[in-house]
Amino acid sequence: MKQNLKNARRSPWSAIAVILAGLILTGSGFVAATASTSAASDSPYTASQVDQGHKLFLSNCASCHGKNAEGTANAPSLYGVGAASVLFQVETGRMPGAISGPQLEVKPVQFKQSDIDAMAAWVASLAPGPSAPTAAYLAQKGDASRGGQIFRINCAMCHNAVGAGGALTGGKYAPALTHTSAAHIYEAMITGPQNMPVFSNSDLTLTDKTDIITYLQAVQTNPSIGGFDLGNLGPVVEGLFMWIFMLGGLVLLTMWLGAKSN
Amino acid sequence: MSTANGNKQKGGFLAGTANYLDERVGVAGILKTFGRKVFPDHWSFMLGEVALYSFLVLLLSGTFLTFFFQPAMTPVIYDGIYGPLKGAHMSVAYASTIDISFEVRGGLLMRQVHHWAALLFVASAGLHMLRVFFTGAFRKPREINWIVGFALFVLGMAGGFTGYSLPDDLLSGNGLRIIDGMIKGVPVIGTWISSLLFGGEFPGHGIVARLYSLHIMLIPALILVFIAIHLFMVVIHKHTHYSGAGKRDDNVVGYPLAPVYVAKAGGFFFIVFGVIMLVAATFTINPVWNYGGYDPSPVSAGTQPDWYIGFLDGALRLTPSHLEVMLGNYTLSLNVLIPMVVGVLFLVVAALYPFLEAWVTGDKREHHVLDRPRNAPTRTAIGAAGVVFYAVLWAGAATDLIATNFRMSLNQVLLSLQIALIILPIAAYIITKRLALSLQRKDREIVLHGRESGRIVRLPHGEYVEVHEEIDEYTRYKLVDFVNYQPILARPNARGKITIRGRIRASMSSWFFEDRVTPVTPAELKAAHSDTKELH
Amino acid sequence: MSDKKNGLVKPENAEFDYSAGLAKVDADKFADPGIEPHRVRMTDKSVKHEKAAARQVASLFLFSIASSIFAIWAYFGIKVYSFDLNSIRSNVLFLGLGIAFGMLGIGIGAVHWAKTLMPDAEVSEARHQTRGSEETRAAAIEVINLANEESGFSRRKLIRRSLYGALALFPIPGLVIFRDLGPNPSDTLKHTMWAPGLKLMRDPSGTPIKASDVELGSVFHVIPEGLAELGQNEATYDEMIAQKAKAAVLLVRVDPAILIEAPERKDWSYQGIVAYSKICTHVGCPVALYEQQTHHLLCPCHQSTFDLPDACKVIFGPASRPLPQLPITVDKDGYLIARSDFTEPVGPSFWDRKA
Repeated sequence: MKQNLKNARRSPWSAIAVILAGLILTGSGFVAATASTSAASDSPYTASQVDQGHKLFLSNCASCHGKNAEGTANAPSLYGVGAASVLFQVETGRMPGAISGPQLEVKPVQFKQSDIDAMAAWVASLAPGPSAPTAAYLAQKGDASRGGQIFRINCAMCHNAVGAGGALTGGKYAPALTHTSAAHIYEAMITGPQNMPVFSNSDLTLTDKTDIITYLQAVQTNPSIGGFDLGNLGPVVEGLFMWIFMLGGLVLLTMWLGAKSN
Repeated sequence: MSTANGNKQKGGFLAGTANYLDERVGVAGILKTFGRKVFPDHWSFMLGEVALYSFLVLLLSGTFLTFFFQPAMTPVIYDGIYGPLKGAHMSVAYASTIDISFEVRGGLLMRQVHHWAALLFVASAGLHMLRVFFTGAFRKPREINWIVGFALFVLGMAGGFTGYSLPDDLLSGNGLRIIDGMIKGVPVIGTWISSLLFGGEFPGHGIVARLYSLHIMLIPALILVFIAIHLFMVVIHKHTHYSGAGKRDDNVVGYPLAPVYVAKAGGFFFIVFGVIMLVAATFTINPVWNYGGYDPSPVSAGTQPDWYIGFLDGALRLTPSHLEVMLGNYTLSLNVLIPMVVGVLFLVVAALYPFLEAWVTGDKREHHVLDRPRNAPTRTAIGAAGVVFYAVLWAGAATDLIATNFRMSLNQVLLSLQIALIILPIAAYIITKRLALSLQRKDREIVLHGRESGRIVRLPHGEYVEVHEEIDEYTRYKLVDFVNYQPILARPNARGKITIRGRIRASMSSWFFEDRVTPVTPAELKAAHSDTKELH
Repeated sequence: MSDKKNGLVKPENAEFDYSAGLAKVDADKFADPGIEPHRVRMTDKSVKHEKAAARQVASLFLFSIASSIFAIWAYFGIKVYSFDLNSIRSNVLFLGLGIAFGMLGIGIGAVHWAKTLMPDAEVSEARHQTRGSEETRAAAIEVINLANEESGFSRRKLIRRSLYGALALFPIPGLVIFRDLGPNPSDTLKHTMWAPGLKLMRDPSGTPIKASDVELGSVFHVIPEGLAELGQNEATYDEMIAQKAKAAVLLVRVDPAILIEAPERKDWSYQGIVAYSKICTHVGCPVALYEQQTHHLLCPCHQSTFDLPDACKVIFGPASRPLPQLPITVDKDGYLIARSDFTEPVGPSFWDRKA
């Protein structure tokens, strides 16, 4: 387990190094910008961030996760979950969690971005774990077609072929991905929040993940070519729409047709 | 304009054409016979026309699609304009569907017209059948036409399903896989049928081309033949009409074909086509490019059939766990057989209903005046129970969507629907029957005491009463023109025995007709009038 | 327009009295008052209304003309540039709207015309019983008798019976020729591509998986070694699809402590890594929803739920049998390999799967 996590941690950095090297070699202005943002996330969090994160943790999270994030009966340990988990859970408002339910819901975000980063810094300092993605993965420069194929095999059974979401057992569900940011898609894959399996880099490589993100972004930004998409929920919704609006409308028209004129 | 023999034709081009046609195909006789035929006017009589017209739309749009669609499962690498599929392996069928959508102008519009029209065809046929059922229009002499209409409904489902599977996308591929799994569950011959259908093991190489032959030749040809028979019988029987003043079993009251019905029915074709086109232009349906080509490994959440197959899919889902049994070394998949049998049995009972009812009533007369649903409480209640049963099965095909959209547990939704499948039809039966009977009683009230006018008057001795307005004789006739049926008793036959058949029939008859409200007679009305005279 | 006044003709054979069954028609019944008198419309009464209605009908037809022209413009005018999905969308929308309004204009115009300007007094037409009159029926019987007599259909038993035989048999060749639609079902349904030593590969890339790659809580979609190569070649593409339809596997690592393993299956897993057939034992959908905390596998088609640590037994839904397990181990390089094929047929049940 530890071994795997170490592998997982090591490989992204090496991939970034390669990408960075390639970008620097091309020497364009765009490169400079990308390199600087990458460099920023490359550097570890500052000590003051870690410190502030610890304070925020004690006042906001410790009641469930334990004073030292060791976990309690109500919440898991945060050792080794990495900054990516904190960013995903808190930035989507899932954490702090509401009173018990089948699963954590997306809610309005409760913290400033700097506070979230600080908490991520502290959790990351506890034990090695998945870190935040760098801009290179999120740039959506991957292969959308390949990403689509990987998405259908690994993700569509829960999230639907275009990420409209779907049902799991016992009231749980796979959320729709229609408004999920690239960073959160990445973080969810690498950390496996709640009942979602973990898609480590040894399962879906960084290229695979970039391709998936590219595909989802393409699906989100493409127009629905045939008109309003009815939520992309498939034949059941199409059938309901037809019964209510098409046949319903035609029945109203037959009533007009059959009614006597004044 | 003059004809060959030099006779001057008055009226110009139209008259010339008419003359030309009459001299060659005898059009004058046809017009004389049919031109002023009377058609009753009621909105519910147009539902079958919706089905007929959507079928015409299907023929037109389907023909357009056949010019571009290639029903082959040969693998290709996609190189069209849709980015998220570029370079993907797929079948020619799927690639040509994508090309119709994006590279043929109007192609996507025609695909959407075709698919929406298909959903509408089956739905309007179903609604038309419900109208026929609840008004008793299936009674003698129309029992055979009910069967023909029923065959059209089933053919519509078959046409829809074969079409749904043609694009060879992930959604329809998984649908075919479910069909294959169901076929394999048939005892003894299941694997044989599957092998013959798919040309070997699923998915094989030929299924798309085979379904295509069925979809564009056999099924539409059969539908056309049955439509011809259906309409021919409508001409023979003439259309039914609702009960009311002047409407009897030996006449038909309505508007003449020319010009009123030509304008109305002809105009309605354009309205149906226009509505389908309007929806197809603005709402997407079956966006196959989202699903990807068929691959046996992936599946998408929310994998469902089109609505008309939904009740069978729902039956599959609502079947309890662990029903498979072993007969020695052989496997009997009751978990697949039971839902299939339930679905088929439901359809068979619906198809045979006219004969069952005719046997129970023993009524051999012709019926051309429709029943108001309230005046046949047991039939209406049976229909309501059937509709609810079907609707629960249909909802069963959407358990996952119900769970996610209403934030419920998938497992509890399924359990509730299993219970609902038993309870709700019974509840619907009881409630509908009571409702029909109380509506009949209300009709009696109205006939006997008039309508509540909302006018309150104070009588000289201080009492307040609401004035009831007497209804006119035409409205009254509509409320009293129905027949009072009385259950038969089991009687001994010629040999003095009461047969089991006779007993069953008698008990069915008392079930049908025990609870009834009789129509008001003139004597009753007179008596009621003399009672309440002082109020008027 | 009352019936009484019209003196409606009695249908020619209405005298044929059928049994009314259980119907009891009270002798004391309200008399039919005849068709309700015609209610005069505004367009009948006022020339102003009539002209307005005529103008409305004509405008609807003119609107239809304009819409059809608009549709033709939309077809040619909105360029469907390659790679511009928005332009395709506009083409669909405006072409469709043009055609739709072109049709609705005609349809609504025609119905409006019928309703407001054509006569709307209901008329009555006699209806005859479907049964032919006695003379007609007698004539029909005569035709049949004559035909029978002239052909000797009843008389010539040999001809008649041999004809029945011929008619009964002739469709059978028509059925027989469909025999070659497919081969006999063979044992292939009971076997998959999996064989001892075949590596477990990622779907769809076809790269091998090391046991150390499989993290706790992760799930791999797996195909057998050699399958991806089949898909590269057009000649073997169908073979790839057919094999994949049976051989798709789901690979999961769980805490070995929670695995409930039968004694004979003890060596089928590797350090908590288990491989199960992805093909549902109900009707064959890919069972691919793995919940990493509950360890349930859910089929998205009919909601059969399998308990992965407990040998994938059915805990909910219409399936009956557990998902078949693929026995796995690792080779000397640490790659996951199959120990053998599945030990039972995968996918939906069929009659002789055990025989």
